[in-house]
Amino acid sequence: MGMYVDLTDGQLVARCRTGDQEAWNELVERFSRYVYAISVQAFKLSEHDAEDVFQEVFTRAYEHLHKLRDDDAIRPWLAQLTRRLCIDRLRAGAHEQPDELVEPMDVDDTIGRLDEALAVHEALAILPDGCQDILDRFFARDESYRTISEALDVPSGTIASRISRCLGKLRVEIEGRTSPSSAS
Amino acid sequence: MTAYDEERLGELLSALPPAPEAWVEAAKGAPFARERLDEIVERARADEEYRQRVVADPEGVLEEADVVAHAKNIEIIRKRLKDEK
Repeated sequence: MGMYVDLTDGQLVARCRTGDQEAWNELVERFSRYVYAISVQAFKLSEHDAEDVFQEVFTRAYEHLHKLRDDDAIRPWLAQLTRRLCIDRLRAGAHEQPDELVEPMDVDDTIGRLDEALAVHEALAILPDGCQDILDRFFARDESYRTISEALDVPSGTIASRISRCLGKLRVEIEGRTSPSSAS
Repeated sequence: MTAYDEERLGELLSALPPAPEAWVEAAKGAPFARERLDEIVERARADEEYRQRVVADPEGVLEEADVVAHAKNIEIIRKRLKDEK
């Protein structure tokens, strides 16, 4: 799995198109949180509807991967696909209402925030494993200091300082990506 | 440029909790599932008794074929068999 983590989105899509199952697994891992978050946060779908949309997104993505004109555009393509399927799901329960009436008003803002969150998540993947693990457990998985302490076998009194130190590293990484000198 | 202080980074990290593990595993199996669905439909075309079993108990047939029996897969099977009737 390790070699696939380092691939760009475009390289990963190209591998998936050849039928590489490991590449597909990595693509699902890379975008699963994003697709899930769009359906439950932006569209506020129930868990049941969100699961159907989630499976449909990845099934269609696999089937239509060859139609993607720009392999590097997989993220916006998945976002659009998820959005369309969420609207279909809401419309099915709203009896022929136009899209603008079934779509929550703040969808664009929420997806914009999720795009930014995904960029931060990608920067997190560059950090040492210890930092990835502790930040993901504390923020994304909402685990307590005690749970983290037991899982990682570190004293709970050091968790806060470790989190702060790792956030500092993450900040350096992400600001390095967004600074004008890093733009190519 | 956005200021990424600790609070902001924490908010953004919190915005992407993991999807349920079972969903992720099922999505990874999407290519494999599609092949299995094709095989089920092919067999149902050739074997009326099997076809009736698929119609009566799609969940059981999918599980037998090692495919997650979520709503989408059941819908695909039903639709394809109906279309070919």
